[in-house]
Amino acid sequence: MLHEVLFIIFGLICVGGAVNLVVQRHPINSALSLVVVMGALSLIYLLLGAEFVAAVQIIVYAGAVMVLFVFVIMLLNAGAEERTTGSHVALWVGGPGVAVLAGMIVYLMFRNNRNFHRVSIGNFVQQPDNTHGIANLLFTRFLLPFEITSVLILIAIMGAVVLARREG
Amino acid sequence: MVPLSWYLILSAILFCLGVTAFLVKRNIITIFMSIELMLNAVNLSFVAFANHWRDLNGQVFVFFVMVVAAAEAAVGLAIIIAVFRTRETLNVDRVNLLKL
Repeated sequence: MLHEVLFIIFGLICVGGAVNLVVQRHPINSALSLVVVMGALSLIYLLLGAEFVAAVQIIVYAGAVMVLFVFVIMLLNAGAEERTTGSHVALWVGGPGVAVLAGMIVYLMFRNNRNFHRVSIGNFVQQPDNTHGIANLLFTRFLLPFEITSVLILIAIMGAVVLARREG
Repeated sequence: MVPLSWYLILSAILFCLGVTAFLVKRNIITIFMSIELMLNAVNLSFVAFANHWRDLNGQVFVFFVMVVAAAEAAVGLAIIIAVFRTRETLNVDRVNLLKL
């Protein structure tokens, strides 16, 4: 019972934040609603027994990435979105397309509902703990991808510095 | 006891809202944020399936997705700054020429 209540509360916060992101016209409002979505998602990760992912979600996404976004919005002094008279084909074709996609996924999920486990708090406890298990996998089976991501980050740092540098 | 499909449906709804924001928004920063929203939705389904199969590999994948998303955000925002310097606008409808 508690689990359902928690899931519904945080799921509604997630969906509300995402809808607010679409509705708001000023980018700073969209950014702050995205922070709300990410915070609520991290609590949903906790309900699924993923403590490490929940902590990283708060630290990296809500903490680092979104601060970068807010920083750029303020740096560029971005105002409210202007209404343009450009082509709206993407909207008229994409809107129904997205609705069909969402309806299809929801229908499939309800049809295959009995094939899925029922999630309850604490039913996925690793020995000795979640972070330990992830570290074990990361430094054994996923060692090569892990090292490659460090090179990727290095390239991203250099790319960001080169792109954002003032010319001349 | 929540069925796993609820988590997957939440993930699908968030993904579809991200696609909608991508199509509706005209501000380049907001479009970029909607991509982050889609990545988060996919992360949720990764974690949900990790729970379903009782396997930590899904959570390790979420870790990699987050790393790539952080790198992508840094480079993407640098590109946005460069675009703003040359075009003086953030509206994607006005950024339609390859050469100024």
